[in-house]
Amino acid sequence: MYETTYHKASSVSEAVDLLKKADDGKLLSGGQTLIPTMKQRLAAPSDLIDLRQIDELKGISRQSDGSIRIGAATCHADVAGSADVKEALPGLAALAGKIGDPHVRHMGTIGGSIANNDPAADYPSALLALGASIETNKREFTADDFFTGMFETALDEDEIVTAIVFPATEKSAYAKFPNPASRYAMAGVFVAKGANGTRVAVTGAGQDGVFRVKEMETALNGSWSPDAVASISVSADDLISDIHGSSEYRANLVTVMAKRAVAAA
Amino acid sequence: MGQVTMTVNGKTVSGTVEDRTLLSTFIRENLALTGTHVGCDTSQCGACLVHVDGKAVKSCTMLAAQANGGAVTTIEGVGTPAELHPVQKAFKENHGLQCGFCTPGMIMSAIDMINRLGPNLDEDTIRHELEGNICRCTGYHNIVKAIKQASEEMADVLEAAE
Ligand SMILES: Cc1cc2nc3c(=O)[nH]c(=O)nc-3n(C[C@H](O)[C@H](O)[C@H](O)COP(=O)(O)OP(=O)(O)OC[C@H]3O[C@@H](n4cnc5c(N)ncnc54)[C@H](O)[C@@H]3O)c2cc1C
Ligand code: FES
Ligand code: FES
Repeated sequence: MYETTYHKASSVSEAVDLLKKADDGKLLSGGQTLIPTMKQRLAAPSDLIDLRQIDELKGISRQSDGSIRIGAATCHADVAGSADVKEALPGLAALAGKIGDPHVRHMGTIGGSIANNDPAADYPSALLALGASIETNKREFTADDFFTGMFETALDEDEIVTAIVFPATEKSAYAKFPNPASRYAMAGVFVAKGANGTRVAVTGAGQDGVFRVKEMETALNGSWSPDAVASISVSADDLISDIHGSSEYRANLVTVMAKRAVAAA
Repeated sequence: MGQVTMTVNGKTVSGTVEDRTLLSTFIRENLALTGTHVGCDTSQCGACLVHVDGKAVKSCTMLAAQANGGAVTTIEGVGTPAELHPVQKAFKENHGLQCGFCTPGMIMSAIDMINRLGPNLDEDTIRHELEGNICRCTGYHNIVKAIKQASEEMADVLEAAE
């Protein structure tokens, strides 16, 4: 790891100030992506601004309209274990409980995961399928506008994700085929039926990151059953092909995971 | 460089370290507690597990500065040679280790899962919970057996205490 200077922020405004003052600063949340990347010398921020101790970024609350608000620095284990999330959004709780391993879930956070937008990360599929909104220190995004490509988001350099709000949803479920070594998704499909209609979002497979499958959404609007999506496949053209699996293999996994998710919802 | 102070195995310790120092490096090199192992460079093997503020985390994927002010437990803080922790005793009895490199991490993982999920764990739960711990030697069966036995013995201890 290259040299760096560590700062602990105790509020969002302090974090913004520290970030502005830094030469080439980076926010540090759970560190479960950033620290391994720095160890490999693939990132070399001059300064690290730690968000993990900022109280206003933590916690899960159910709001009066039934939506669930999750602070950006809330760890995966807390989302997986939350009684409110399990009741209102079982698919989201199940997803959080399948990220990596128990130790990664103790540190890694929802804000860090979506800001990073790894094409194989789990959370982006839930935000897109549930029609979540993303609050930052500057503005609010819809999930549709937030994820802009592989490891790309609509965030500015000095912008901090503060919370994610998930609207009340009738049904939600997630099915993931994990890479046996890394546990990241080879293909993960999140299905939801709620205020934003029926949505199907796929992670782990797309070259540009998370995407929706409109054809499956239409089919599920007609009939919510695994059979409704069984004969729908996505084109392999825009899917990832790597040592873990070809794009054709991933295309097949998308249909299989969609069926499993619908069956589980 | 900065000063870090934390409680490790019940004792307050401090040291001056570079900000990029990993918690695993601080534990091994500054504190000479070499029971915490480093087995990979990719945050995947779990040999480096310690508990920070009561939760198992990978000390190779956390800066010492992030643990500043916290309470850390390493394998040296678990049991004593004369009086092994039930998990350590069960690993010994079930031949849950061969070379022993992964063992400190396995024990810290096992204690964390029993703390979180309660005693009397079933095999399926134990196998899923071990997703972040890699062993090159044993083939895992005896590790799972050991954790199952320890989780049952810890249930007996808890019942006896009630
Ligand atoms: C062994 C292992 C297995 C894993 N398996 C999975 C898996 O199966 N599925 C999965 O989805 N993920 C997996 N992960 C990744 C894990 O979920 C990370 O926790 C997550 O991707 C990043 O979150 P973090 O809080 O650790 O972020 P950090 O590593 O601290 O930060 C990541 C990036 O986001 C930026 N950032 C952090 N917080 C904010 C914020 N509030 N606002 C703006 N920018 C911010 C940082 O500057 C950095 O660029 C795995 C990681 C490991 C080590
Ligand atoms: S040394 Fe920490 S996970 Fe391998
Ligand atoms: S006993 Fe050798 S690595 Fe597990």
